Amino acid sequence: MTQKKSGNGAGRTTAEAFEIKVGLAEMLKGGVIMDVTTPEQAKIAEDAGAAAVMALERVPSDIRRDGGVARMSAVSMIEAIQKSVSIPVMAKIRIGHIVEAQLLEVLGVDFIDESEVLTPADDQHHVDKHAFKSPFVCGCRDLGEALRRIGEGAAMIRTKGEAGSGNIVEAVRHLRQVNGDIRAIQALLPEELMARAKQLGAPVDLVRFVHENGRLPVPNFAAGGVATPADAALCRTLGAEAVFVGSGIFKSDDPESRARAIVRANTHWEDPAEVLAASRGLGAAMPGIEMETLAESERLSNRGW
Amino acid sequence: MTPSEVKRVGILAIQGDVEAHAAAIERVGAVPVPVLREKHLDEVDALVLPGGESTTIAKGLERLGLYEPLRAFGDSGRPLLGTCAGAILLSRVAENHPVETLGLIDAVAVRNAYGTQVDSFAAPADADSANGFAGLRCVFIRAPQLRDLSPEVEVLARVDGAPVLVRQGRVLACTFHPELGDDSRVHALLLGSVA
Repeated sequence: MTQKKSGNGAGRTTAEAFEIKVGLAEMLKGGVIMDVTTPEQAKIAEDAGAAAVMALERVPSDIRRDGGVARMSAVSMIEAIQKSVSIPVMAKIRIGHIVEAQLLEVLGVDFIDESEVLTPADDQHHVDKHAFKSPFVCGCRDLGEALRRIGEGAAMIRTKGEAGSGNIVEAVRHLRQVNGDIRAIQALLPEELMARAKQLGAPVDLVRFVHENGRLPVPNFAAGGVATPADAALCRTLGAEAVFVGSGIFKSDDPESRARAIVRANTHWEDPAEVLAASRGLGAAMPGIEMETLAESERLSNRGW
Repeated sequence: MTPSEVKRVGILAIQGDVEAHAAAIERVGAVPVPVLREKHLDEVDALVLPGGESTTIAKGLERLGLYEPLRAFGDSGRPLLGTCAGAILLSRVAENHPVETLGLIDAVAVRNAYGTQVDSFAAPADADSANGFAGLRCVFIRAPQLRDLSPEVEVLARVDGAPVLVRQGRVLACTFHPELGDDSRVHALLLGSVA
């Protein structure tokens, strides 16, 4: 079987098919996407105002603690979560795992996250996302990585941050890096774009798009380390168009209240009084990890190429 | 207000594709204004309820106490446009995971009527659609359908026979996303009905 058939017969993405994939990403803007591991948690997320849920077996902080190989979630668990909510359901596959992607497409998952949080299945290549009808989201640390993923067909980009750390510092670094890289490209002359594309390891047509439009060709969200309402508002302040929250909600003392508070802070990120009101009386946030204590080999954001 | 004055069109900014609507509003020569509070409604000539997640937007309307002010906005005769999630919120009642609605369009909205994202699609409006809308390219993203329309609801465009753009008084409901892409006909219609 050839790679061409990997996407359930959808074949290469036409401009129209890509527009429809990016369309759902547009609809998720201004939202909070929450990691959930059970239908009950999915319901709590929906009731709190989440714009989508990410169905996975263990939240990143547990994956980090348990070690071993982290794979796509059990099919029955994903199906149970799909049945429990009306908002879009996302799920994760291992980087480069074409068949896990096929399974999620058949399941009718609304967005596939080809994620560094799971153990990579391919240490050199990501999935050819153009070959699928389902839209994909991928993580990045800088503009070159973002444009490589978009070149492969990703319809949404998120920062990697450092998943399961409860520490926002990496997400901030990645947001500033991507947006700084974009500003630098805007300042270039047209004849300088090819050399920059070579330097970034990114397709030149996408570098040209960034030069002309001053933004990525797909929505740009934040993920990795969001634990408080203020963390969510910080990501929005730095230019993220929506926020993923992984371990931050269901590893905190009071998930219902924290989920509602993060949604509220995310909607009103430009209004400090609202973010303050959202931050009151939440109990303890998830415990965090100082980056210096994480060896390079333990950093999930180093996965992906 | 004099006709030469630039019109201000509010966009409910709880969640969704606010930015795409803002671009469409600018294309028809009006000024987009984000709306999150009741007082913001006093400053706009028309209002857009954008696409997004209707559950998320409904939770926000409830928290912000905006249901009654939005109904009053509709009753004031100022034009409204709801797209996708916005159309669900304008309807009389939402089925398939109900949310509280505004009741400004006398129809039933069936949520996710076509299925999940893999069933999302684009299609041209039917040839018998009202003046100017035949052939309009319509993008449907996890779209609802409008059913059980009362006689007061006028169908302006259909796709495969199903109503996709309807009007009741000065309220427009659209199950597709006219804000995606660069066709501004639906936003022009909204602006054209500003008194």
